Amino acid sequence: MTSNPVRVQPVNESIGVAAAMKAVFMRDIKVAFRQRQDLLNPLLFFVMVVTLFPLGVSPEVSFLRESGAGILWVAALLSVLLSLDHLFRHDFDDGTLEQLVLQPQPLFLLVLAKTLAHWMLTGLPLVILTPVLGVMVHQPGNSIGILCLTLLIGTPVLSLIGSIGAALTLGLRSAGVLLSLLIIPLYIPVLIFGTGTVAAASEGAPVGAYLALMGAFLVLALTLAPFASASALKISMSNS
Amino acid sequence: MWQFFHKLGSPKWFYGIATRLMPWLLVAGVLLLLAGIVWGLAFAPKDYLQGNSYRIIFIHVPTAFLAQSVYIMMAVAAVVTLVWRMKLADVFVKAVAPVGLVLTFLALFTGAVWGKPTWGTWWIWDARLTSMLILLFLYGGVIALDRAINDEKSAARAVAVLVLVGVVNIPIIKYSVEWWNTLHQPATFKLTEKPSMPAEMWVPLLLAVLGLYLIFGWLACLRMQTEILVREQRTRWVKDLVMAGRF
Repeated sequence: MTSNPVRVQPVNESIGVAAAMKAVFMRDIKVAFRQRQDLLNPLLFFVMVVTLFPLGVSPEVSFLRESGAGILWVAALLSVLLSLDHLFRHDFDDGTLEQLVLQPQPLFLLVLAKTLAHWMLTGLPLVILTPVLGVMVHQPGNSIGILCLTLLIGTPVLSLIGSIGAALTLGLRSAGVLLSLLIIPLYIPVLIFGTGTVAAASEGAPVGAYLALMGAFLVLALTLAPFASASALKISMSNS
Repeated sequence: MWQFFHKLGSPKWFYGIATRLMPWLLVAGVLLLLAGIVWGLAFAPKDYLQGNSYRIIFIHVPTAFLAQSVYIMMAVAAVVTLVWRMKLADVFVKAVAPVGLVLTFLALFTGAVWGKPTWGTWWIWDARLTSMLILLFLYGGVIALDRAINDEKSAARAVAVLVLVGVVNIPIIKYSVEWWNTLHQPATFKLTEKPSMPAEMWVPLLLAVLGLYLIFGWLACLRMQTEILVREQRTRWVKDLVMAGRF
């Protein structure tokens, strides 16, 4: 709370789209690092959810080896979901978002930059943390590699799809629960293929096709989700 | 053509048309559905493999059919809402979403009842069941979002965005769960092929499906009329209608 207000380079018409995207991206990273606890919370949540499974279901090595990848995926999915509320909320409250909507640059590109920053701050740390947790749930080395790879491709998809839900529920009462209700059904395919890849790898089957499909999800989400979130943002802004 | 298009945007015009259309939809729908169900339940031949338990197909397939096509209709209406801002389109989405939810639930429920004698279990994590369950979640999300936003116009457009995102996802969900796990029998009706069952079975089924479509049409008209009356309560024509005691 005591930190200085973040200074942003004034974005005027003369700067290009790429520069504007970079400015938005860098600003979000900078703001996040001024509130470090907010960065840490989803990671702690991730670790805690993973801890619940051995304690709540069974600490048997055979069970954990079989379901470890699924547990990590579900935990990652939930912690991305939890962090989505922050994606637009602060900027919405202090009016930054309004300025962003008014920029001459296309809104969907600025939203894309924001979403990528969100992924860098939540998805990527989850991927980096995964090997440690993978060892804790007794995943063999080969599986851990594939698991990290699927999370690396999958978490940006989660952030992108989630940005639509975050934009739709902006400024609503009980936005948190509503956001989960809207977004979880859309996360299911990513989850299925993410865990499917690891399952195939642990059986020694080729994983190329699975990874290609996940890559296809990523491309689809990258190209379509920012449009949907941008138009959802405009609707939410006109609502308030 | 354009005049028709403009009229379609007028709640008053729709209200009048719906009032005239609804009795026909209801009578034809009930007759077809009754004919289909009575024929199917009492007169159609037994299945050589599943015996009499297959007869729930005459309820299961129509509800499942409608559950999916209601979502597609909602998606079309969502496009119309976003592109042309037509009032009636968002009235339609709002009015039929709960109907879709109930139909999806009925399809899942009758499926479970059918699954018990044939598969020996109420529920399995099969492709078709799972994707219908996700469809149920999508309907739930649409209704929840609509209820959460107070402003009518923003609610309509936000819901339209959500419906469209969901419709992009439906084929993805369908194929992801299909490749993941499957036990459900393939589709009963396909546009390109002859049904794999004898005519005594599929004709009543088709009648039941058509009947349920018409009843859905009636229900949609009724719910849309109610929604229109609420939204247009300050207008002259609604006041006149109420004063005349006809609504």
